[in-house]
Amino acid sequence: MDGGLLIEKLILVVALFSITLLIAMYSTYLERKVAAWFQDRIGPDRAGKWGILQPLADGTKMFFKEDFIPLNSDKWLFILGPGIAMFTALMTGSVITWGPNFEAFGRTIVLQVADVNVGILFIMGFVSIGVYGIMIGGWASNNKYSLFGAIRASSQMISYELAMGVSVITIVMMSGSLSLRDIVDAQHGMGWFVFKQPVAFLIFFVCALAECNRAPFDLAECESELIGGYHTEYGSMKLGFFLFAEYINMFISSAVIASLFFGGYNFPGMDAFSGNTLAIIGTLAFFAKIFFFIFVFMWIRWTLPRFRYDQLMHLGWKKMIPIALVNLLITAVVIAAYNGWFNK
Amino acid sequence: MDIVTVAYILGGLTLGSALMVILSTHPVRSVLYLIVTFFMISANYILLNAQFVAIVNIIVYAGAIMVLFLFVLMMLNLSKETEPKSSIFMKLAAAIAGGGLLTVFISAIKKASLIDPSTVVNADQGLVKNLGKVLFTDYVLPFEISSVLFIAAMVGAVLLAKRDKQIID
Repeated sequence: MDGGLLIEKLILVVALFSITLLIAMYSTYLERKVAAWFQDRIGPDRAGKWGILQPLADGTKMFFKEDFIPLNSDKWLFILGPGIAMFTALMTGSVITWGPNFEAFGRTIVLQVADVNVGILFIMGFVSIGVYGIMIGGWASNNKYSLFGAIRASSQMISYELAMGVSVITIVMMSGSLSLRDIVDAQHGMGWFVFKQPVAFLIFFVCALAECNRAPFDLAECESELIGGYHTEYGSMKLGFFLFAEYINMFISSAVIASLFFGGYNFPGMDAFSGNTLAIIGTLAFFAKIFFFIFVFMWIRWTLPRFRYDQLMHLGWKKMIPIALVNLLITAVVIAAYNGWFNK
Repeated sequence: MDIVTVAYILGGLTLGSALMVILSTHPVRSVLYLIVTFFMISANYILLNAQFVAIVNIIVYAGAIMVLFLFVLMMLNLSKETEPKSSIFMKLAAAIAGGGLLTVFISAIKKASLIDPSTVVNADQGLVKNLGKVLFTDYVLPFEISSVLFIAAMVGAVLLAKRDKQIID
């Protein structure tokens, strides 16, 4: 293996890891500021100027709290739960294409940790593994509210994964590849898939909200009926891991939505640039799209009330999946007709 | 470290985690070991350059089916006290059934020739495109029949659920 590649990937992994954590940290601050703005309050403004150091203060508080494990809990699984949640959340970022190729030190640097040829399935796989963190944590707590939260989370995840998968298949059919790089490259300039597949986008977006356990689908931690849901018994940094994993998932979901439907690093008029200028502007455009979606996630949380549990299941199984399947069928027929496969 | 060593280490880990499934006394722990086993099997698929099969194995088995297993086990709240005592007759029947299955496996494996794991027949064999082509040309009949089987199972499940009329709306 060539040493330069190793160093390059190492730097990329460390950079991705720190950027993910930084964005997740400041998402918590942003969430509180957005909430304050929506409710006509000021929000956190004590730590530093405009409360800019608030996430650091929160993190420090989390670290220095007593690390408590309930007596009747399954100790190892109780520790394992938040670990799995955090691990799976961090893993998904590795297949996302963060920008066009970058030229430096006489080599082409690909701004992607691994171009797996089943990239989008890799993300789906890790999202579906992520539910174990919640399930194991909730069950190991040995508390009825935690168990309710865990069971709600898992059934919700399974229900919404189906519709999400079907809407991803329509995109895969449009681009002809499962690799995220190929999917992004298929949307050159302004040819974003959201214009061709608005229904798939809506379904994917709703399912992403549900998979992240974000309001209006945050039934798993519904504080008005379940105290804190699956993390009722958690405290200190273990609770911090659960909360952090949620914000990382939000960041990655926004990145996936931006790459699948909003062209990733493509932007209108990108043919006027080339080389490193294109790489820098493309990466900035990608992050602008991600931040926009993070804001939309927060906007929805502070606007819509929570669903009732049966409404959630009804929406998932009886509305989302049929719509996604019909959309898939129409897309398949249109692609086949366009390529002339009916006349053979 | 060459690929054969990696294959043997992975094989050992797979067997070890599979053994832990039946050796651990707590049902939830068993299911968790089964999930680890599925991950190990996926790793074996990746070693064979079948990335699509590997990731689908994780999504379908580890990500969906095992979640349902865990779901049911968590609802049951199994513990030592509530575990039903199995009679000696049951144990005997289980031993005979397991032994029969083992005999079938051994006789099937005895005929199979051992292939050197490092010889790759076709590097792109496990990729989506080739897999899809093979599935929809050479194996189209088994594929369609298995999907009919799934439909039958789903219809059966819906029918069972609908048997007692529930008035919830």
